[in-house]
Amino acid sequence: MPLLDVASLTVVYRAKRGNVKAVDDVSISLNKGEILGIVGESGSGKSTLGLSLIRQIPPPGVVVSGAIRLDGRNILNLKEHEMLLLRGRKIAFVFQDPMTSLNPVKSIGAHFVELLRTHEPNLKEADAIQRAKEILKVLGISAERLSDYPHQFSGGMRQRIMIGLGVALNPDLVIADEPTTALDVIVQAKTLDLLKRLRDAYGMALVLITHDLSIALERCDKIMVMYAGQLVEYTRSKDIQDTPRHPYTQGLMRSIPNIELTDQRLVAIPGNPPDLLNLPMGCRFNPRCSYTMIHCLDNTPLISIDEQHFVRCFLYGG
Amino acid sequence: MFSRKTEYVKAVDYIDFTVMKGEIFTLAGESGCGKTTAGKLILRLIEPTAGKIVFDGIDITASRPEELRQLRRKMQMIFQDPYASLNPRMKIGDAVGHPLEIHESTSETEKRERVLNTLAKVGLTPPAQFFNLYPHQLSGGQRQRVALARSVILEPEFIVADEPVSMIDVSLRTTIIDLMLDLRSDLGLTYLFITHDLAVAKYISDRIALMYLGKIVEMCDKNEFFSSPAHPYAQASLSAVPVPSVERKRKPVELKGEVPSAISIPSGCRFHTRCSYTTERCRHEAPPLFERRRGHWTACHYEIDFQQGIRLHDIDYGNKP
Repeated sequence: MPLLDVASLTVVYRAKRGNVKAVDDVSISLNKGEILGIVGESGSGKSTLGLSLIRQIPPPGVVVSGAIRLDGRNILNLKEHEMLLLRGRKIAFVFQDPMTSLNPVKSIGAHFVELLRTHEPNLKEADAIQRAKEILKVLGISAERLSDYPHQFSGGMRQRIMIGLGVALNPDLVIADEPTTALDVIVQAKTLDLLKRLRDAYGMALVLITHDLSIALERCDKIMVMYAGQLVEYTRSKDIQDTPRHPYTQGLMRSIPNIELTDQRLVAIPGNPPDLLNLPMGCRFNPRCSYTMIHCLDNTPLISIDEQHFVRCFLYGG
Repeated sequence: MFSRKTEYVKAVDYIDFTVMKGEIFTLAGESGCGKTTAGKLILRLIEPTAGKIVFDGIDITASRPEELRQLRRKMQMIFQDPYASLNPRMKIGDAVGHPLEIHESTSETEKRERVLNTLAKVGLTPPAQFFNLYPHQLSGGQRQRVALARSVILEPEFIVADEPVSMIDVSLRTTIIDLMLDLRSDLGLTYLFITHDLAVAKYISDRIALMYLGKIVEMCDKNEFFSSPAHPYAQASLSAVPVPSVERKRKPVELKGEVPSAISIPSGCRFHTRCSYTTERCRHEAPPLFERRRGHWTACHYEIDFQQGIRLHDIDYGNKP
C-alpha cells in the first residue's frame, strides 16, 4: 500500500466572480522514501495541492471531490482534532517564507521544545532540549544557538530551522513548498542536500513543490507537471529529461537556460497561462500548443504510456 | 534615552567598470551584493557618496537636475516587479506615452502614433487594442513588455534592466529576453543587465561582473566566466546552479557559512570567511581587482587549481598582461 494515495482530488475556490478549479482531478501515489517533485508555474495549483495534503487550504477554497489517503486512511474524513495529531507527527509542511512561519518572540529552542512536548506530553523539558540539540546538529547549527531568536539567523539558517521543526517528530511525509526560492544559489544547494540527507537517514517520503524544473530533475525521483490545475504529465525524472511527452513539458524543457550548455537556443512557450475563471474549452494547454487537433476541444483524459508514465494529451491515445 | 552607534552600510564599495556601446554587460550576484544599488547609482536615482560616473564621455556625477533631465532621455531603467512599475489607473497607451509628454512636445496624433508603433515593436499586437487596456488586464510578461515599451519610446542609448525576468514564469522569460535582444539590434541599445540568475546571465550577456558584499570579485567576457572562473566565489556559485539534468556533471562546492551582514564586513578579503583557500594574508589584505589576462579581472591573491583544490601560486600584481 502506498504511503500517500491521492485519488481524483478536486479543490475549488468559490469567489464572487465565479468558481476556480485550482486543483482538478489530481491523483498521486507516493511510497515511503520516495521524493516527488510537483512542478508548475503561476496558476498551476501546486501550492493548493500541497496545502490540501495537510488540510490547510485557505478559504474560500474547499475540497469538492476525491480522497487523500495516508497509510490507507482518508484524512478528508478526519475531524480537526484528529488532523492536529497528524500534522507534525505524520505529515509535516515546510513553508516558503521561514520568517513569517517562525514566532519572532520565541527562541529557536522554545520552538522545538514546544513542538516536541505538545505531541509527546510525557516528555521532560530536559529531554526535549536534548532532542532539540541533536536536531540542530543534523541541521549544521551550533547547539549554543538554541537560545537565539529567529531574527538573529540568516534566511538560509531560518529555512533549515523550519526543516528541522518539520522533521523533529520523524514524520512519514514532508511537504516542502518552494523551500529554496528566497535563498541564494549556494545556500539553496545546501538546503536541498539537507533534505536528501534527512530522507536517507529517516526514510521519509518528500514532496518538493517548485516552479524550477531543474531542481526537480536534479533532486527528485519522480515528477508531476501541473498546468492550470491539472496534472499533465507524471513519470520518473529521467523520463521527463529524456522523453518528455506532454507538449507543455517539452516546452518547459526547451525554455529553461542550462548553464552547462553554450550557445543554447531557447524557445519560449507562445501565449500566456490561461485565466482560471475563463478556461479554454477542452485541453487547457490547447491555445498554446503546436500539435493542436480537433479532439483537443474535448476534455482530455489521463493516458498511461507505461505503468509509471502518465500524460494528459490526445497525442497518446483517447 | 537610547543611544545607538550609527553604523554604515557600504552597499557599493569602490566598484570600477566600463560598459561598451552596444554590449550587454551583466552585474551578477546574490541579493544584498549591491548590484541593484549600483544600477540606481549609475542613473543617479541614488546619489553616490564618492566616485565618478561618465556617460558618453561626459562626467555626469555632478550634473545638475536640468542636465540630468536631458540625460534621462538617453538612459532608462526597467524594474523587477511588473506589477509595481505600472500605474494601475493609467491606460497602457497613456503610460507608454507619458515619457513623450515629459520630454517632448508632440501633438496628440503624433504621440498616439508613436505609442502604437512602440507597442507593436514590443510584440503587443494589435497595438490599438492594448492601448486601451489597464495593467490588471495583462499578464506579468505583458506588463514587462509595456515597461520595455515605455523605456524605449524616446529611443534611449542605454537601459539598466534590474532583474527584468525574475518575477515572470520560467517558460515566458525567454520571450522577454529575446525581445530585449531584438531591441538591441533594432535600436542600437546598450544594456546593464542585473540578475542573480547565472543561467539567465549566460544566455544574455556579452560580459559579466560578479559582485559580493559590495565589491566586484570577477569581471570578464561571458565565455571565460563560465568556462574558467578564477575567483573561488564564482567557481562555487557556478557549481551550485541547478541544471535540468538528472545526472549532474559538476559536484556543488561546499562553502562555509553564509554571506556576512553588510554592516560588519570581514577584514581583508571580504570573502575570506567562507573561502576554502584562505590564508593569513587574505584575512588582513584585501585583494585588488586585478587584470590577470586581457579583459579578465579577478580579486584574489592566488592562482587556484579548482580541479585539484589547491592554491598554485601568488598573483604578481606588478605584472600586468
